[in-house]
Amino acid sequence: MSSPTPATPTPAPRESAAGPSAGTPSRRSLGVGRVLIAVYAVLALGATARSVYQIITEFDKAPLAFSLSAVSGVVYILATVALLRSGRTWYRIAWITISFELLGVLVVGTLSVVSPDLFRAASVWSLYGSGYGYIPLVLPILGMIWLYRRRSSPDLQPAKV
Amino acid sequence: MIEWFTTVQIVVAIVAGLLCLVLGLAGRTPADLTMGSLVLVEVLLVVQLVIAIIAPFAGNPPTGDLVEYYIYLISALLIPPAAIVWGLVDRSRWSTVVLGVAALAIAVMVYRMQEIWLHQVA
Repeated sequence: MSSPTPATPTPAPRESAAGPSAGTPSRRSLGVGRVLIAVYAVLALGATARSVYQIITEFDKAPLAFSLSAVSGVVYILATVALLRSGRTWYRIAWITISFELLGVLVVGTLSVVSPDLFRAASVWSLYGSGYGYIPLVLPILGMIWLYRRRSSPDLQPAKV
Repeated sequence: MIEWFTTVQIVVAIVAGLLCLVLGLAGRTPADLTMGSLVLVEVLLVVQLVIAIIAPFAGNPPTGDLVEYYIYLISALLIPPAAIVWGLVDRSRWSTVVLGVAALAIAVMVYRMQEIWLHQVA
């Protein structure tokens, strides 16, 4: 992607040597990953805020759905942190949390279609996340692609196993 | 809630979001224009908060749940500052994209807030 170098008045020391966006492919994927992390952060906030609301106001109405909302909120927060941190441990936590999210949205999404009574009140994962623009369904897949492409990243190498 | 103000707010957030997305994908790092657009989005949210505090006392109560409305509003208030800090710390073009994502998230949240206040039946 070409970039209008003269039109960028802001000094960007780290990138100025090769032009504002002439990073290596690995740099670029790291950059896209930052957007992914930002979207995760927003979703974490949304899911957590919703579960806090549901639990304080109407927990008795649908304990299952609301407990799930709370769990999903915590998992989104954990995934956001795991994506931000470097190192093998966090990399593994990122895989676990993102896999859990994909499983969650698929299982809860299917259950909410098959047996709506179980999930009468909406959760983040109901109807495959339709209330959130299907972002909960798409995001784990993008996250997995990003993690997979990062598998040979230097910070994941030193430790054996 | 004042309907026309909320409409203006949603339009501003969408325009700011698209602007930041386009400039970010075109390789621009966060600059006065893109950061400023998020500041504008945040200022409008603060005005919305003031309106929300006054409106019920001025004969303009929400039809929906005020608690849910405030959770959306408070969550929304946190997002632009977070995106701006991100843009100050990480000076890459992806930060401009992040600013855009944040502004679009605000547009969706304000739309939801409007539904809660004007249309939701408690």
